[in-house]
Amino acid sequence: MINENSEIILSVRDLRANVDGTEILKGLNLEVRAGEIHAIMGLNGSGKSTFSKVLAGHPDYEVTAGEIHFKGQDLLELEPHDRATSGIFLAFQYPLEIPGVSNRDFLRVAFNAHRKARGEDEIDVFDFDDLIEEKLNVVKMDASFLDRSVNEGFSGGEKKRNEILQMALLEPALAILDETDSGLDIDALKTVAGGVNQLSTSDNAVVLITHYQRMLDYIVPDYVHVMADGRIITTGGKDLAKELESRGYEWVLEADRTGVTA
Amino acid sequence: MASSTAEVHSRMTADQRDAYLKGLVQGAKAAVPKALALETVRSRAEALLNEHAFPSARDEDWRFTDLADLLAHNFVAAGEATVGEADVADLRLPETAGAQVVVVNGRISAERSQFQNLPDGVIVGSLQSHLDLQIVERLAQASGHHEVFTALNSVGFQDAVVVWLPRNTVVETPLQIIYLSQPEETPLLVQPRCLVVAETGSALTLIEDFGGLSAAPHFTNAVTELWLDANAQLTHSRIQREGAGTFHIGKTAVTQARDSQYIGTAVDFGARLARHNWEIYQTGEQTTTKIYGLGAIAANQHIDTHSLVALSHPHGVVEQQHKVIVDDHAHSVFNGRMAVAQKAQLTNASQLNRNLLLSDKARVDTKPQLEIVADNVKCAHGATVSQLQADEIFYLQSRGISAPQAQRLLIYAFAMEMLETISVETLRSRLASTISKWA
Repeated sequence: MINENSEIILSVRDLRANVDGTEILKGLNLEVRAGEIHAIMGLNGSGKSTFSKVLAGHPDYEVTAGEIHFKGQDLLELEPHDRATSGIFLAFQYPLEIPGVSNRDFLRVAFNAHRKARGEDEIDVFDFDDLIEEKLNVVKMDASFLDRSVNEGFSGGEKKRNEILQMALLEPALAILDETDSGLDIDALKTVAGGVNQLSTSDNAVVLITHYQRMLDYIVPDYVHVMADGRIITTGGKDLAKELESRGYEWVLEADRTGVTA
Repeated sequence: MASSTAEVHSRMTADQRDAYLKGLVQGAKAAVPKALALETVRSRAEALLNEHAFPSARDEDWRFTDLADLLAHNFVAAGEATVGEADVADLRLPETAGAQVVVVNGRISAERSQFQNLPDGVIVGSLQSHLDLQIVERLAQASGHHEVFTALNSVGFQDAVVVWLPRNTVVETPLQIIYLSQPEETPLLVQPRCLVVAETGSALTLIEDFGGLSAAPHFTNAVTELWLDANAQLTHSRIQREGAGTFHIGKTAVTQARDSQYIGTAVDFGARLARHNWEIYQTGEQTTTKIYGLGAIAANQHIDTHSLVALSHPHGVVEQQHKVIVDDHAHSVFNGRMAVAQKAQLTNASQLNRNLLLSDKARVDTKPQLEIVADNVKCAHGATVSQLQADEIFYLQSRGISAPQAQRLLIYAFAMEMLETISVETLRSRLASTISKWA
């Protein structure tokens, strides 16, 4: 939902970043306002996932130039966990398995870290159980998942639903979904998309990173950006995704090379 | 590294080491109470000691565990001693009330022990009061007595905790044995001994708890023999949390008859140097053996677990997991031997050793040792040595958990997997809280 008067949640200017000394992001610009859903599409290696990791503060990614402002703060000044408690949430492309840590404990510790950052008291085990049972409905997850180790032995679809469960619990101002749709069957995709739609409000924003137009049938973006060679080279509405699906990326890349507007 | 280890050992010649061992043996013998002469047991052990040398780094079994620091002390066999209730209170578990044996300097303290919650017919007490049992058939008869430190204990133990479960007796209350050493100015040699006989169809949960009263140097040389007759079930926790100056060498020898089940968890948190020789011998078919180990060490601590599971009958099931957290300059050694003889067909065995290094200076030596003669068996094994995974920490950070808190959570999780095998809840939660403080 576009509302030009709403708060700017994320503002990225001329962002450049390296991995292992190789420049991956080469001058990226993006502005996201409250209430908006953005899709970033692009070929493999265009820098989409790197961008998501840089936003979350992964230590392997070195920002060499540019700036990122998140709700008015300089995001690059913040440690990864401070970014999270300030309202950034990254749904991982490959959620990690953490043997020995129960999902329930993990979620409670994360939730309490957020409360603590807001200056609120930690909630106890029982109150937390009530809260999390409620959130399970968002992604139609069975309570038995809470007592298993984090993501251990989960199917691909279960891991992605578990990511959205975390999003439902932590209520971020900006959720970045990194290829959350990859490898999902259609039922799991509908569940995940349904969860994201339920969580989208006029106060928060979502950035979907995807290869495929398919998810955008269920989560309708306000903007579709095409990334290539570490930059956003074109931006359109939801129809751009359909056009990319039928025509491929070559025409956009060509237009960018020749400087002709698509 | 091998050369420097050899140098340390070479501070004492083989002759000097033998003289040292003789001194320990003579001292230990002299301290034996007359009522416990046990001529057969003692003389066999002494004969064995005369033929064996004090271990050095040249012995394969002691390659990574340097006893030079132990040799630097002249340990004197401990005498009778007492402890105050305050020294014991923290170790007593509510679940074991009325079934607690307190052993001080190798002798049972009647004053501190409690026996009222044990069913009729079950014997728990001092060897001196139970010499009429068929002790000689069991005491010091377990395989694995051919070893210097076990023989040293057999020569010199001053008392033994005897636990005897008659046929088909199920003991509901877990039995806790608390071993303490009351330090003196001279460093002491303390030699606790325990004999458990679980007759056919009986069941028991046993906790052996080696506590530390002081950081002064002393030498605990403990031997526990566990006999599981047919279809018996024994769940055993061996907790070693001795003081920072202790040298702890322990033997657990388990003999399993057919259809018996042994579940053991060994926890090593304490001592300056600790060696646990954990030996399981199968004497009948279809035995189940589950052994779990957890070590958490820092500073200059050294722990060494040498386990042996010897299978000689079909349909045996063995599951072993051994996990160690090593910080600072600490050093962990694991040698997991499984001997599967020709007759042990259809054995299903697995062994996993995982080590978590928290410092660049920490050291781990691990060696699975599978000796499989039988041709129709499943034996899986693996060993890993790793640091905390940066990606796991980042995943937790991305959910608002700070890096130090993420590390604590991961260390705790690593350890809890082993502690969850301990069924007595208060013990499990106390050990867990040690880990969370530690991490």
